[in-house]
Amino acid sequence: MTIDLILLVMMTIAALWAVMARSLLKAAIALAVTSAVVTIIMFRLASPLAAVFELSVCTGLITAIFVSAISLTRPLTHAQTIAMSKNKFRRYWYLPVIMVIAAAALFLLKIKVDVPLPQVLAIDDVRNIMWNLRQLDMYGQIVLILAGSFGIVILFRESDKDGS
Amino acid sequence: MPALFFLIPLIGVITLNLPFRKLMKKTAFWFAAVLFIFQIVLVSSHRTSFWGTGLVQGSFFNVNFYVDHLTLIMLFSISIVSLASLLVARAMISDENKRFNFINLLITAAIGMNGIVMVKDIFSLYVFLEVAAVSAFIMITINKDKPALEGAFKYILLSAIATIMMLSSIGLLLLIAGDTSFGAISAAISSSPQSMLVKLAMAIFLCGLFIKGGLIPFHGWLPDAYSAAAAPASVLLAGIVTKVSGIYTLIRIVTSLFGFTPAVSKVLLLIGAASIVIGAFAALGQKDLKRMLAYSSISQVGYIIIGFGTGSVLGVTGAVFHLFNHAIFKSLLFVNAAAVEKEAGTVDMDRLGGLSQTMPITGTTSAIAFLSTSGIPPLAGFWSKVIIIIALWQAGYIAYAAVAVLTSVLTAAYLITMQRKAFFGNIAPGLERTKEAPLAICVASIILAAVTVGVGVFFPFVFNNFIMPVKEILIK
Repeated sequence: MTIDLILLVMMTIAALWAVMARSLLKAAIALAVTSAVVTIIMFRLASPLAAVFELSVCTGLITAIFVSAISLTRPLTHAQTIAMSKNKFRRYWYLPVIMVIAAAALFLLKIKVDVPLPQVLAIDDVRNIMWNLRQLDMYGQIVLILAGSFGIVILFRESDKDGS
Repeated sequence: MPALFFLIPLIGVITLNLPFRKLMKKTAFWFAAVLFIFQIVLVSSHRTSFWGTGLVQGSFFNVNFYVDHLTLIMLFSISIVSLASLLVARAMISDENKRFNFINLLITAAIGMNGIVMVKDIFSLYVFLEVAAVSAFIMITINKDKPALEGAFKYILLSAIATIMMLSSIGLLLLIAGDTSFGAISAAISSSPQSMLVKLAMAIFLCGLFIKGGLIPFHGWLPDAYSAAAAPASVLLAGIVTKVSGIYTLIRIVTSLFGFTPAVSKVLLLIGAASIVIGAFAALGQKDLKRMLAYSSISQVGYIIIGFGTGSVLGVTGAVFHLFNHAIFKSLLFVNAAAVEKEAGTVDMDRLGGLSQTMPITGTTSAIAFLSTSGIPPLAGFWSKVIIIIALWQAGYIAYAAVAVLTSVLTAAYLITMQRKAFFGNIAPGLERTKEAPLAICVASIILAAVTVGVGVFFPFVFNNFIMPVKEILIK
């Protein structure tokens, strides 16, 4: 129980760091740390499959894509960074306030698990889950990937008229 | 066989992107047109034997889709609005590569929407919501201009918040029910209706759907996304994407899972009334034609929600009927806006005027659409509004009925202003040389206008055969 609490606090801190970080690179790393902690939590919740996906995709692949995209941008100077973060704070000061209020509201509502929970199924074969139980979702994923690839073509491929 | 509505487009998109790109680029438009017409014909032929059967058992595609009367109406709306968007894309997107990519995205969006209306599993529903949303984000930015990117970005951000809310709610529901199928969740909710956990899950899910449907006060993204989107994308987005992903899903989730508790009804009525009134007042003050139509959309969606909020048979069927009508006449108005944008080069109503003289088809169909939207008999919009107002009256919500009637006058006011500024009167300086919109856009507007008039004139037949059977969703 204590370990879980520590992990949850770590996750929240890492997520906050990801949002508040001044440089994009640090934000991407903080996001990777968040995912890594989530992975541990998933392992502890006896969901090794979800944990492996979280680790490989969210911590590995996405961080790699973010870092490579950030390396293509021109970094701001130190003074610009400070001006940006002040500006960001002025514009979005209310977001942490809303978060605290929402957390307090959820705490005060005292939401407990007050329904009889069904028995969790024993861990099934991955192939069975993917291709029999959730087959439709896998097809949905295929369409999603197709749509995403059209998006990359449209947004990132320069047309001949643009001259580059 | 409903699986065909998923499989044929999917195989089609993959085939279109195989080698022989030159040939494929030429055939893409015709493939998509045949696809949507095929869907329109199959849905309107209404054969029960077709819908009940599955593909061959034990084949590679072992997926169950479910079709009821509500699904049929949605499938029809999806195909007809997609067809209109396709025709507008043919006229508005001149670059062949862009048009090819747009058509591909249009088909993936149609797959997503067909999936949304045919599944009975809350997680699959979420997957298809994402498919439709991702396709829509990209379609908005097809021209890569700054306002469109900004509109799409706002849409992505708010849509992501909506998605997170729905996903958290699905997590809670999975915890409660142990399964994600509608049947299991519905049974779990009805066995412990007073649970705080259930109420929390319901509240979060409904908020997510309100954002997706662009209802007040969750509408921040909608005017920017609608008005900045490329013309064919705004037809699709305003006509059907937000209706399917927000409003249809709301109707399905409330009737199949949550049930009409007094709290749910109260929330729906309040949000609906607020959307009707605020949307209409905001529309009155707009100068940009597409922006005005966007606010009008919020107001009209409010009518659907307020009718649905009554929970009675008449209210729910009226809401579904208005959902269908709104999909048709709002896409017609956006098709007309596309025609104006193409020929006059602007959608600023202060710089338009007298376009009916040079663009008679656009002017006439626009008049039909605006009369239907403001609820003038005998057009389709009149009947659905009347049913909603009667349902409110019968259920004893007299104040809400009064709001609905009075705002109807406002609707007429802002749409008449639009029609007068853009189409009637003397032709505005600089627009004397405009000519009628390209054939593709005219065909789209004539089809949609014909549906609006046809449904209105043959109202008893349409209502009894297609709309009234929808009441089955209320009987579990």
